[in-house]
Amino acid sequence: MTDILKTTPLDGLHRALGARMVPFAGYAMPVQYDLTGDLAARCRGGVLAEHLHCREKAGLFDVSHMGQALLVGPGAAAALEALVPGDIAGLKPGRQRYTLLTDAAGGILDDLMVANLGDDYLALVVNASRKHDDYAHIAAALPAGVRLAVQEDSALLALQGPLAAAVLARLSPAVADMAFMSIAALPVAGIECLISRSGYTGEDGYEISVPARQAEDLARLLLAEPEVAPVGLGARDSLRLEAGLCLYGNDIDTTTNPVEAALTWTIGKRRKTEWNFVGAAAVRAALHDGPTRLRVGIRPDGRAPARAGTEIVGPDGAVVGTITSGGFGPSLNAPIAMGYVRRDLVGDGTAVSLMVRGKPLPARIAPMPFVPHRYAR
Amino acid sequence: MSELRYTKDHEWVRLDGDIATVGISDHAQEALGDVVFVELPDIGRAVEEGEACAVVESVKAASDVYSPMDGTVTEANQAIVDDPALVNAAPTEAGWFFKLSGVDRAVFDALMDETAYAAFLASEAA
Repeated sequence: MTDILKTTPLDGLHRALGARMVPFAGYAMPVQYDLTGDLAARCRGGVLAEHLHCREKAGLFDVSHMGQALLVGPGAAAALEALVPGDIAGLKPGRQRYTLLTDAAGGILDDLMVANLGDDYLALVVNASRKHDDYAHIAAALPAGVRLAVQEDSALLALQGPLAAAVLARLSPAVADMAFMSIAALPVAGIECLISRSGYTGEDGYEISVPARQAEDLARLLLAEPEVAPVGLGARDSLRLEAGLCLYGNDIDTTTNPVEAALTWTIGKRRKTEWNFVGAAAVRAALHDGPTRLRVGIRPDGRAPARAGTEIVGPDGAVVGTITSGGFGPSLNAPIAMGYVRRDLVGDGTAVSLMVRGKPLPARIAPMPFVPHRYAR
Repeated sequence: MSELRYTKDHEWVRLDGDIATVGISDHAQEALGDVVFVELPDIGRAVEEGEACAVVESVKAASDVYSPMDGTVTEANQAIVDDPALVNAAPTEAGWFFKLSGVDRAVFDALMDETAYAAFLASEAA
């Protein structure tokens, strides 16, 4: 198996840093690090320590497995709007937005970031597990004059945490003034990068697209800063869960629509008058009728985590939903979960039971994010 | 300190008289990563060899702990319930899981000793 896994440009660095590599979406990726030397003095490594380091200082993530592509040409925004419910035409140059690719039934094909680079260039970042399908889906919908250019030779690093801005500004002063969800082409210590002030941890931070051949140099420069420690996929998952953010394939997929996924906010105001994206009729109906179930946060009363797939039972003893992501929140020192529950039970504080190892464990519906977002405003 | 014996499910057992103390191996805690939750069997529960009778969870995943032998649970280690990180810090000492009475010495003797367990780990890694 391992010999057919793809590697990111940082593969050698991960191994040198003591990463435990696991297969993820066809790539060998670091799930956590057994750090040594100076880095071990900053962060002892492991999911808990890496998670807490990111919340307290700054964590460096390799997210090069994700798909990066450009959509280029006059009409690029209009072409993408045919496939997503977000307002892309209204996205100003230098701004980025979270949106969804929907199918004809209103189900979610993927979630993605779209940035307007100006001059009819849109930059897309899509999930690793979905990228090939996404590219085919997008390419098939493009009019003459608009092309999809997959950026195979770019790595993607994320620097996340309350000290990320101070760290990156040392190497690229202009990033200090970037607003949340803005994007700019800027050099970092002389390396040309495309930087957005965004991320998927709930913390302030940046995602940095860098030419693959310079990715390790950039990563080493960032790791040389005393606030930074490498963070693996394990902590990436616990950080995004605490932040209430969806993991494609767990919390959203083609069986969930944007309304029941509590992602109605991603539907642009104008798009709600036009209803002209793939699956718009189904999404419009879901919005009009109200969803039969809704994605909510869930906090078990006890210490036992409830994992994805756990059945949620209502006060009447009936199965009322399923947990789609569940685990332990290191910053809360408590188990947390998200999942879908029947519409009448979505109120914060509603008591439910989680069927863990055959036993009903008491839990309550809880507001998300579990840990407040600290994005730069 | 009396010797440890190991199972293929990565539990260890220490026998003191007719009381067996059970925990998870250093290799198991290392593979699991940071332990955040432990569920232990009730005192007085009769367990069979190979029966899932405790649970250990890291941030990412849950694993069953199997009883290495037949017996009756006489003690459960509340310290690891209160501080699951003890399982990582001292897996074969303060991080023990439960104790069994009424165990069969011959079953203990048939389990892997340190050398055999090390060889087993090497074969699993290969």
